[in-house]
Amino acid sequence: MANSLKCDLCSKPATVHLTQIVNNKIHKVDLCEACAQAKGVTDPSGFSLADLLLKASLNPEPAGDVRCESCGFTQQDFKKSGRFGCPSCYDHFGSLLEPMLDTMHKGISHTGKIPKRALERKSIYEKLTQLETDLDQAIKAERYEDAARFRDEINQVRQAAGPKQNA
Amino acid sequence: MKINELIDSHSELTDTAASKSAVVLMTRIRLARNLAKHPFPGWAKDAQKKEIRDQCMQAVASLPQMKRGLAIPVESLDELQKQILVERHLISRELCHSKSGSGIVISKDQSCVVMVNEEDHLRIQVLRAGFQFKKVWASINALDTDLEEHIDYAFSPKLGYLSACPTNLGTGIRASAMMHLPALVISSQMEKVVRAVNQLGMAVRGLFGEGSDASGSIFQISNQTTLGESEEEIIKHLHGVLTTIVDQELNAREKLLETDPKKLFDKIGRAFGILQNGYLLNSGEAMNLLSLIRLGIDLGVYADTERGVVDRLFIECQPGHVQHAAKGAFDPAQRDVLRAERLRAEFAKMPAPDFTNTSR
Repeated sequence: MANSLKCDLCSKPATVHLTQIVNNKIHKVDLCEACAQAKGVTDPSGFSLADLLLKASLNPEPAGDVRCESCGFTQQDFKKSGRFGCPSCYDHFGSLLEPMLDTMHKGISHTGKIPKRALERKSIYEKLTQLETDLDQAIKAERYEDAARFRDEINQVRQAAGPKQNA
Repeated sequence: MKINELIDSHSELTDTAASKSAVVLMTRIRLARNLAKHPFPGWAKDAQKKEIRDQCMQAVASLPQMKRGLAIPVESLDELQKQILVERHLISRELCHSKSGSGIVISKDQSCVVMVNEEDHLRIQVLRAGFQFKKVWASINALDTDLEEHIDYAFSPKLGYLSACPTNLGTGIRASAMMHLPALVISSQMEKVVRAVNQLGMAVRGLFGEGSDASGSIFQISNQTTLGESEEEIIKHLHGVLTTIVDQELNAREKLLETDPKKLFDKIGRAFGILQNGYLLNSGEAMNLLSLIRLGIDLGVYADTERGVVDRLFIECQPGHVQHAAKGAFDPAQRDVLRAERLRAEFAKMPAPDFTNTSR
């Protein structure tokens, strides 16, 4: 037989082995008796394998010094709490994230609901900002035909967005 | 609406007319949502949290679904009021412990709740008595879409709705059903069921969520994964698993009636005797006795109309509700007296069990 497995949480010899099959993907967790008890694995009223997988997938990671530029949250902070600091953390901790999401979820890409209104607002805002920059540049460069076109486009976008969009 | 009015009015779960379902007591869906460009509640400074709360509560309270509901900061509730809301499954224990900057918005009928600055900026929840995933999803989906008019959600096209904890990433959905499974417990099959459900990627918890025990044979079963599938697919899978569990429970009941009906009738009859005559009942024992009465109702031993009464008592025999009804703070020993008194009064009105009515 191969070497005996170590507990995913405390690295004592593991005696409890859990297997979960999600969408034909096998997830395994190995635990020692004490951790299994503490996590309620033997409790008939249930336990959360997702939480276990989260903690287990965090453990073998070497402590890096990645830091979120938006909110200052560090990889250490994440290891401690299992939570992120702000939405931008998902950009900054990308490399840490993917293997973790892979064990935790059925896939690593969102296929559900999309906040259409919010995205519309965002894209209109971005379009307008871009057109306004283009307009400024065209005026500076004395390309008046282009400038007139950008101005018309800006008006069009604003009109299409309706009275709510007063940007 | 004031908090005391809300506590004293009928809720979705304490409303006697609502519960007609034999095995599934309640269906609940929650969505985790966050504001774009703001730190999550666990990392935000107090001032930021307050600002986020003001913005969220204003947006939520303006929704038509929340008209004439309750919108209140958590810190202005006392411990007992918070406990009552937890016992009604309206808010989480985690929210109760939050120091400052958190808030609650509850609809008038207590079926929609938004927790502000719990683990995420927004935890939207809709619950209904019975097995009602279609209805609950339709109403929470509409609520979420309406809220999106007012709030820019943190959303990434690849990862979906961004949540403080990566276990909620993507759809941010947790769909759950509260199930009454006495026959599976009596016939010692529950452990097997829990294992099977876990292997299918779903979680089983006790009545009050993580770490709570399964008194009253009541279990909450929910999805665990939130990314890689649409909301409809997640709900469909869960619904399928739950339907199987309902069948298993009904089979286990048939089996109990077939093999040893007297043993089952004895349990149900004794439960009735204790509820009618007991003077000291802690909440765990009360839950277990009520569970047996509920099983009796499902088997035709008691009238169908009593099911709503039992479902209401499941909630009203919890410590917070007992103290609220007696208008004061009481220690556990005093509560056991009050609880037994209340149950004696309720069960004095109930006709004696009739075991000739069972299907076998």
